[in-house]
Amino acid sequence: MEDLSLPKIDYAAVAPMLILFGVACVGVLFEGVLPKAARRVTQLVLALLGLVAALSVIVWQSDTRVLTAGGAVAIDGPTLFLQGAIIVLGIMALLLIGDRAMEHGGAFVAQAAITVGSEADRKQAVKEQGATEVYPLTVFAIAGMLLFVAANDLLTMFVALEVFSLPLYLLCALARRRRLLSQEAALKYFLLGAYASAFFLFGVALVYGFAGGVEFGTIHDSVTESTQSTVLLYAGLAMIAIGLLFKAAAAPFHVWTPDVYQGAPTPITGLMAACTKVAAFGGLLRVLYVGFDGVAWDYTPILGVVAVLTMLIGAVLAVTQTDIKRLLAYSSIANAGYLLVGVLALSKDGLSSTMFYLVAYGFTVIAAFGVVTLVRDADGEATHLSRWAGLGRRSPLYAGIFTFILLAFAGIPLTSGFIAKFAVFGAALDSGEAWLVVFGVVTSMLLAFPYLRVVVMMWLSEPGESTPTVSIPGGLTAAALVIGVVATLVLGVAPAPLLDLTTSAADFVR
Amino acid sequence: MHDTVEYAHASGLLSSVWLLIAIPLASAAILLLLGKRADKWGHWLGVASVGVSFVLGLTYFFQLRGLDNRAVELSLFDYIEVGSLHVDFGLLFDPLSAVFVLLITGVGSLIHLYAVGYMEHDAGRRRFFGYFNLFVAAMLLLVLGNNFVMLYIGWEGVGLASYLLISFWVERPSAATAGKKAFLMNRVGDAGFAIAIFLMFAQLGTTQYDEVFNGIGAVASGTVLIMGLLLLLGATGKSGQFPLQAWLPDAMEGPTPVSALIHAATMVTAGVYLIARSNPIFTANETLQTVVVSVGALTLLIGCIIGCAKDDIKRVLAWSTVSQIGYMFLGVGLGGAAYALAIVHLLAHGFFKAGLFLGAGSVMHGMHDQTDIRRFGGLWRYMRITWATFGLAWLAIIGLPPLSGFFSKEPIIVAAYEREGWTAWLFGTAALIGAGVTAFYMTRLFVLTFHGPKRWTEDIDHPHESPPVMTVPLVLLAVGSVAAGGLMASSVPDWLVPALGDHSGEEVHAVMSHGLITALSIVVTLLGAGLAYALFRNGTALQEQPAGPVVTAARRNLYADAFNEAVFEKPGIFLTRALVFLDNRGIDGLVNGLAAAVGGGSSRLRRLQTGFVRSYAMSMLTGALLVVAAFLALQLGWLA
Repeated sequence: MEDLSLPKIDYAAVAPMLILFGVACVGVLFEGVLPKAARRVTQLVLALLGLVAALSVIVWQSDTRVLTAGGAVAIDGPTLFLQGAIIVLGIMALLLIGDRAMEHGGAFVAQAAITVGSEADRKQAVKEQGATEVYPLTVFAIAGMLLFVAANDLLTMFVALEVFSLPLYLLCALARRRRLLSQEAALKYFLLGAYASAFFLFGVALVYGFAGGVEFGTIHDSVTESTQSTVLLYAGLAMIAIGLLFKAAAAPFHVWTPDVYQGAPTPITGLMAACTKVAAFGGLLRVLYVGFDGVAWDYTPILGVVAVLTMLIGAVLAVTQTDIKRLLAYSSIANAGYLLVGVLALSKDGLSSTMFYLVAYGFTVIAAFGVVTLVRDADGEATHLSRWAGLGRRSPLYAGIFTFILLAFAGIPLTSGFIAKFAVFGAALDSGEAWLVVFGVVTSMLLAFPYLRVVVMMWLSEPGESTPTVSIPGGLTAAALVIGVVATLVLGVAPAPLLDLTTSAADFVR
Repeated sequence: MHDTVEYAHASGLLSSVWLLIAIPLASAAILLLLGKRADKWGHWLGVASVGVSFVLGLTYFFQLRGLDNRAVELSLFDYIEVGSLHVDFGLLFDPLSAVFVLLITGVGSLIHLYAVGYMEHDAGRRRFFGYFNLFVAAMLLLVLGNNFVMLYIGWEGVGLASYLLISFWVERPSAATAGKKAFLMNRVGDAGFAIAIFLMFAQLGTTQYDEVFNGIGAVASGTVLIMGLLLLLGATGKSGQFPLQAWLPDAMEGPTPVSALIHAATMVTAGVYLIARSNPIFTANETLQTVVVSVGALTLLIGCIIGCAKDDIKRVLAWSTVSQIGYMFLGVGLGGAAYALAIVHLLAHGFFKAGLFLGAGSVMHGMHDQTDIRRFGGLWRYMRITWATFGLAWLAIIGLPPLSGFFSKEPIIVAAYEREGWTAWLFGTAALIGAGVTAFYMTRLFVLTFHGPKRWTEDIDHPHESPPVMTVPLVLLAVGSVAAGGLMASSVPDWLVPALGDHSGEEVHAVMSHGLITALSIVVTLLGAGLAYALFRNGTALQEQPAGPVVTAARRNLYADAFNEAVFEKPGIFLTRALVFLDNRGIDGLVNGLAAAVGGGSSRLRRLQTGFVRSYAMSMLTGALLVVAAFLALQLGWLA
């Protein structure tokens, strides 16, 4: 019998994940021992410090290219870049999560278990401070995402998937206002997420049957060498892809997105739209580029159809939305389609442009949800679009910021959205995927329409009786907004440094 | 074929060409960011910034004249660099962009000045000047870029600014609808343009003008055709040409200075600029040129036919713009020496059309914003300056010698007759008929507005002339309408040789003698004008009269709107509804149906009705089955 021995672990390389998991555990501990009054500040500072520390380690480790933990974790250019992106976007989301200036007690409910509408619920709605468990939960989610983009075998990837999904399901249910909607969203997300996970896991089993291993290296080699029936390979790849496309919100696995984006507390929606997207596409990139690149010719047309469908559904349905959060959800779906176009370029350019897109989109989308948290009335956020009419007259600054964000989503030049789209479409064309680019260009023209409709509504309509005022953001939200808007502008005007960075990071280790 | 295109690097004074764009942009930023604090003086800043740009443009122009290689490039910084894709944030100052810069800033300053008076009582005047400056900056970027991506950035910028400006008076629902229509039709064109750029990049690996033009010879003819058609689609969208002409007249809902600057003098000519700039691409494929010529000829006829049937002063002018740009497309489509002719017509048109629009604005200013020409009449006595300047611009547009329209339009008609084969008759005659009809409807407009009996609405007793801040630009533009054509017809083609190629040595034969064509064009012009004068000197009915099928069709914009609605809007709405239906209800309905069939009985159905998650899961399952099936089908070779 072989000796069982622990695999060698490069602790420096995995330090960012260890730090964050550690911080999250300490956070849970704090919930038990700290007095209630001290928890929020402590938790927030702890989480932010942990994220900053993890980011510093990533920067310090930026030249690391290793397989570690027995080949289960790959720390390479894409991993480090995407981990860095997740942390930076995570910090922004955490700033939104931590803000309590707009609403007494913050955006989160104090005790989610209290029955909605009961006497106790009414009491907690006005009196209690929001739950502080959200901070360790958020850090757990972010740490899981870090592991997800680093996972070098399918099982680690699955574990990471669950680690970052479960906290998100919980976080979705914690809205202070409209609690039923929030709980419904969480339940839907959980059920469908579990469903998608099952697909993923089944796919892993099938691929294991084909390759005799779950490491991407093994799978890559077995594509040419294995004597097993390729039915296992293809069915397995299809199911793994389904699991990942679910998280990425690609059609027809996007169905949860509008409901969940609408129901979840807005800061959490921001976290999902930015960080989950990075993680999902990070995982998808590694699966397709490292594990299954040998069958690229076979999956490109199928995933191409998925991409086209995703772009079409996202763009067309965005046109008819009347709720700003649902509108942004459909826009997020369409963006998943554009990202898929980049992924399917299946080249170094495809990898680097997709990574650029993820970062550019992440900054913009968090800022967008940041603005959504500001527009509110006595009942909380006013998300119905008719309520945004005439916002430009009431508060030109925030309407101006939101206009800029929408222009970036629409891909108008001199915003990061234009460069990002240009880069992914350019990469796809270079790889001969002209049909995807044609659909991409056409749908993005289409998608510009709902965005501009909002712009026109904000600036050119008279404010109605029901136009809410815009709350003055607390320092934390303001910081997140500034970061998001400045990044959107800078990446649009001078994208060269980040493009260089993504290009130099665009090499997987196998 | 084309000579190698080469641009020198900008040095000395010319290395500050970027100031042309930066000054109006900075002014726009100040106006929009300072908010109410700038209300008092903001409009003057707006005028001054464009004026300064004009003076700078003149300086650069003379500087450029002194150079041997009259095309200089200035790379500001690397804009996009991904893999093999490299895009400079670079500018190109050559004869073509120089004349456009002078047109945009020159006519632009006059219109800005005019707008100070026109918008005096509007609460949003500062914001208006902010958008206006933004537009000028974007338009300058459009003509000054040294690659197609820069052009595209400017292109989107002017589109955005024009959208904002059309919808400026949003309290009118028609303005908002018009803005939407302009936006959508432009997007169709923009999509074509964007795909053309990607195609260019895929084929040639670059979007820099010089590299594209030098490499185009090596590209397969079919690809050049597609690339050119896509560029043409973009150009037709922006310039209001067939089949995307319907938005331009509706865009007249914006303030009149906007119509003058954007929808007459500058932005709508961007399509002509695009084709003239990409002349090596269009010259490389003969089919492509024929398509451009056809678009031009068709549009110029559509424009002037509809122009005859409209009663709104701004809409008549708008359709005349469509028609005149048709002449320009005809010119750039003919290729060779006609490229320069089209540009000359574009510049001359910039003057007289701006004059016409501003004159119309002045009339509206004095007539309580009335735009119906059936409700004018006899105004010449009350608005002498407007009458005189409008009259000169009118004589210029119908092409009567020696005004500028004659020198710019007549050569295009001649050039059309110089095509080879029977198409010379087709296109030449179309252009000739267009000239006659233009003379008819423009004379109708002029006579009904300024002469004949008064047909005013009751609330007007004494129309007044506009203040000097509005009439001074009118006078200056009128001077341009008189003189610009003659001056430019001789000098501009030579000046443009570095950008459009030297065609002076080429021998051409018209199917008729040059003199005969000139005589014919003057005769049809006089006929058209005379007919209109005879018909309308005694005024016209105040209400729309029943009319035959031709006039009705013209009143309905030759059914272009109905066509768009049937072909694009209805299927679009249907597609959206279908998708919404599927996304929200379809799958659920399917599942409900299945459940009912399987279980039977409504109680069971109700118990299953726990929410929508199940239907979402069903949709995912369907998707999953399809994806897995597709993979397996591939594997078994069914799809391969």
